[in-house]
Amino acid sequence: MAIDRETIVQISGSNPRLCMKCGKCSGTCPAYDKMEYHPHQFVDMVDRGDVEPLLHSQSLYLCLSCMACVERCPRNVAPGKFIEAVRLAVVRQQNMDHLIPEEIPGMLNEDLPQQAIVTAFRKYKK
Amino acid sequence: MQRIGVFVCWCGSNIAATVDVKAVAEALGKQPGVVVSKDYQYMCSASGQNLIREAIRDSRLDAVVICACSPHMHEATFRKCVSAEGMNPYMLEIANIREQDSWVHKDRKAATEKAISLGTAAIAKVQLNAPLFESPNPVTKRALVIGGGIAGMQTALDIAEAGFKVDIVEQKPTIGGKMAQLDKTFPTLDCSSCIVTPKMVDVGANENITIYSYSEVEKVSGFIGSFHATIKQKPRYVDATKCTGCGLCTTKCPSKRNLNEFNMNLNMRPAIYIPFAQAVPLVATLDPTACIHFKTGKCGLCQKVCEAGAIDYDQQPTYIEQDYGAIVLATGYNQIKPTKFDEYLYNNSPDVVTSLEFERMMSASGPTAGDLRVPSTGKRPRNIVFIQCVGSRGKDTCREKPYCSKVCCMYTAKHTILVKDHWPEVDCTVFYIDVRTPGKNFDEFYRRAVEEYGVHYIKGMVGKVEQGDGCLKVQASDLLNNRQIHMNADLVVLAAAVEPDPSARHLGTMLTASMDTNDFFSEAHAKLRPVESPTAGIYLAGMCQGPKDIPETVAQASAAASKVIGLLSKDHLMSNPCIAHSDPTLCNGCSQCTNVCAYGAISYQDQMVVYKGVRETRRVAVVNEAVCQGCGACTVTCPSGAMDLRGFANNQIMAEVDAICN
Repeated sequence: MAIDRETIVQISGSNPRLCMKCGKCSGTCPAYDKMEYHPHQFVDMVDRGDVEPLLHSQSLYLCLSCMACVERCPRNVAPGKFIEAVRLAVVRQQNMDHLIPEEIPGMLNEDLPQQAIVTAFRKYKK
Repeated sequence: MQRIGVFVCWCGSNIAATVDVKAVAEALGKQPGVVVSKDYQYMCSASGQNLIREAIRDSRLDAVVICACSPHMHEATFRKCVSAEGMNPYMLEIANIREQDSWVHKDRKAATEKAISLGTAAIAKVQLNAPLFESPNPVTKRALVIGGGIAGMQTALDIAEAGFKVDIVEQKPTIGGKMAQLDKTFPTLDCSSCIVTPKMVDVGANENITIYSYSEVEKVSGFIGSFHATIKQKPRYVDATKCTGCGLCTTKCPSKRNLNEFNMNLNMRPAIYIPFAQAVPLVATLDPTACIHFKTGKCGLCQKVCEAGAIDYDQQPTYIEQDYGAIVLATGYNQIKPTKFDEYLYNNSPDVVTSLEFERMMSASGPTAGDLRVPSTGKRPRNIVFIQCVGSRGKDTCREKPYCSKVCCMYTAKHTILVKDHWPEVDCTVFYIDVRTPGKNFDEFYRRAVEEYGVHYIKGMVGKVEQGDGCLKVQASDLLNNRQIHMNADLVVLAAAVEPDPSARHLGTMLTASMDTNDFFSEAHAKLRPVESPTAGIYLAGMCQGPKDIPETVAQASAAASKVIGLLSKDHLMSNPCIAHSDPTLCNGCSQCTNVCAYGAISYQDQMVVYKGVRETRRVAVVNEAVCQGCGACTVTCPSGAMDLRGFANNQIMAEVDAICN
């Protein structure tokens, strides 16, 4: 399955067109300086269908999933959901709907909580 | 059978592009009773109207059916047209083949069939039409203005100037409204008090204007030209006729620790107070929730010191009954309290203020006499951060408004200029999403803030404000430079959204003046009737209709006044004859019609009724023809079919339905 705008929008359950480009998500982000692409850029890039660079960006795993941007977004765009959607789409590229345990160590970053796993668990635990 | 003429309008291409107008005219021409059937490009134009008039003359028509736009648009035009040929205007029916047909359909064949169907229904109805006659109702030459801010004052002054009596009802102890709280006004920077207080004096001195301050409109009944209102004057425990406004009581009152609403709760006032020195009327008001006498029965100091003997602890509410011809709503706005924005620390830090609070902090008549100080430290701020669009343009309905509050961009530019003018060393930073400055000399004003005063405008929102060491820490995004900013601020000013005053909702319900989803009053037409409510006789001025600045408010207030003057200049208004009437022989006296009537137009009377040879006294419904608005609620409620609406009789509606179903 190709990962395009529609895939990400569908997984996120959110609408990037609601964005008024105020930048409050990036203003509120605690991991901003670590990230290559910032929350407001995720929304804009997904909306433009420019998803490819996001798939390969470390920003996916640097997002803390603190959901501050989701909470404070005045337009209910929920930028964090797009980050999570891209992350999930990358994980699902293995043609399976779950993580392969053997591959987890390779995805870990010693400096940060293992957010890819944490968010995957959050998603699947219900 | 009536001799009927049918006229099908193309409305340029509005109708003709989707509906085959020639086919419609041809098909309707074959209907029983139709003697003429024509189509024309613009039926409402002078030549279109002539076409109708010639046909009435030449074919001796008794009734006319026009297939065109909504009757809301041109019913009055065509009624006037047929009347000019001596036809009763109520012998005209309009089939709406534009809004209800050509505009909503794409399929030409189906739309044409629908147009024929709608036209056939109108012909079936007009067969049962009978001439109706309007009757004159007298106009009460007095206006009621609800709200005594700049909108209400301007409206009242203009109406009074034309020689009519006006009553202003203001819920606060003084007129003046929000404008009296402002320091300066954009884009000229003239002192707000200096231009609003003379207006207040004019209003107070005008012999045609009566001010009911500290009052509310309790009840309104009636209709355009003939409203009746009950005004409740709340007890201020001070005899306004005796009080000289000397203020001695306010200085002696021992209960001094009460929040001062006029100063946005930034300082304290005594239990007995005059909101500000230029208040109109200049009369003290006693707050019983703060007064020691009301709490303990003791004290009574104000009564002892009052040389005029004006203090009256036993004062009761008084009710004023008055008739009015027109009502102007000028209920104004409030700034939201951004208490639900935890990220901005408004609840936790005294150094985060709203712009209206900042306005009082900057004002010469404010708590610090205009000497700007950081509330927590009492020092001069070194830098101030202004955050735009707080609670405006949002989707989260529990804390945000979906609309732009319109005035914030400009007053923030004003605030920065005022700060820089007084204290050039204070650094001012504005975080904005868009800078919206449409208006005469508005953009130039904002550019002055940037170019002359060196105010930093940063595109991006503030994400959060935190308490730092001796100052506030602001974290924001700078979108143009794709970076996140961390900066310190001594003072943070939130440009919080505006919202309609809560009193508007109750008034809207009472007056059946419709409101939008944000509780702003709706206008009768967004472009062509912007100062009138859809309910006849109700006019709108100022922020209660939507966010707007002072010049726009004043312009709208004067426009509303001119509408009121136009109405009050008439001695009589012709009433709508399409009203309900009850058949006493069918009425069973159940009272259901009285219960549904929104206008209080139906009462019950004992009448002698002769039915099938039996004479008896029955309790039957009687419609007050002057009050009935012809809404038809009673006719559909009546279980025995006694209630019927002239012009929209039950048998006419059924004839239309039959025509469509056949």
